[in-house]
Amino acid sequence: MATDLFVVIVGCGRLGSYLANRLSRAGHGVVVIDAEEHAFGNLSPEYSGFRVEGDATELAVLKQAKVNQADLVIATTRADNINLMVAQVAKTEFGVARVLARVFEPRREAVYRCLGVETICPTAVAGEMFLKAVGGEGSA
Amino acid sequence: MKVLIVGGGKPVYFLCRTFLAKGHEVVLINPSQDECVQLARRLKVTVIRGDGSDPTILEEAGAHGADAILAVTPNDQDNLAVCQLGSMEYGVPRAVALVNDPDNEQVFQKLGVTAFSGTRTIVSMIEQRTALDEITNLIPVGEGKVNITELKLPADSPVVGRTLRELSLPADSLIAVVLRNGETVVPRGDTTLRPGDRIVLITLPANHGPVIRAITGETH
Repeated sequence: MATDLFVVIVGCGRLGSYLANRLSRAGHGVVVIDAEEHAFGNLSPEYSGFRVEGDATELAVLKQAKVNQADLVIATTRADNINLMVAQVAKTEFGVARVLARVFEPRREAVYRCLGVETICPTAVAGEMFLKAVGGEGSA
Repeated sequence: MKVLIVGGGKPVYFLCRTFLAKGHEVVLINPSQDECVQLARRLKVTVIRGDGSDPTILEEAGAHGADAILAVTPNDQDNLAVCQLGSMEYGVPRAVALVNDPDNEQVFQKLGVTAFSGTRTIVSMIEQRTALDEITNLIPVGEGKVNITELKLPADSPVVGRTLRELSLPADSLIAVVLRNGETVVPRGDTTLRPGDRIVLITLPANHGPVIRAITGETH
């Protein structure tokens, strides 16, 4: 990964805060968006990025977080639809070069991959790892 | 026509009722057990409890054979997902989403989903003086770039008794249809306007006010 990226992370839960802490420590510029203020408590004391409290499906909130200047947007909220919408808006409306969305539901993931949204499905990833661990069928 | 509606609350109840009254088949998707029971009791619709953006639920609701899908939940992200899945995965020819954030109207259009904003519609109605009694209807179309207004000509209107040719309406406006005694007249230059005529006007937001003033004779 290149250095000095400007990254916007949507959702400051376990995954969002993990990514924000790591990317900030690695020297990248980071903005985290979350609708709940208390979610920012997940950020480590060394986190040096910005926090934006608001609903990321509201265009004004994405503007406030300067998504238009982002090199990378990662959507990590618990809701697949929020992540998918934010990813598409970041790409189409703000022209962000690289956009990643977490999507839990594997069937939804397939549809959105066709739309050109880069997705990571924790269900499928964990499933693969479990299968590999037990060396069973399907572990290619 | 088979219409799938995703959402809840009174707007959905009345939407369903209206579609049913027009003879359409309606399938409703709603996440709340209680609301589903209520709606199923009150309306002759198939009600499916679940998340309308879940492909399994859409299939159960018969998305494959639907003619239209309408997503009117309070969450823009869900409305977008419902419409995108509906049109792309199930080939529903018409997918319409409600946007709660008016800014999302254009965003959704860019993403290939027809969207309408209740907020924007109400604001434009108020701004464009629909409070005027004679105006019975106003619809912004083409992303708000064009207005279609229906209004009744008051007896003291300066245009009454004159032909369309004699009118000097501002540029880029058109009297598209005249409704007179229950009949529809597509007017020509020699059509004379009469008191009580209901006319359908096409205007642009920029000239809407001046056109309305020219027709009603109001000066402010």
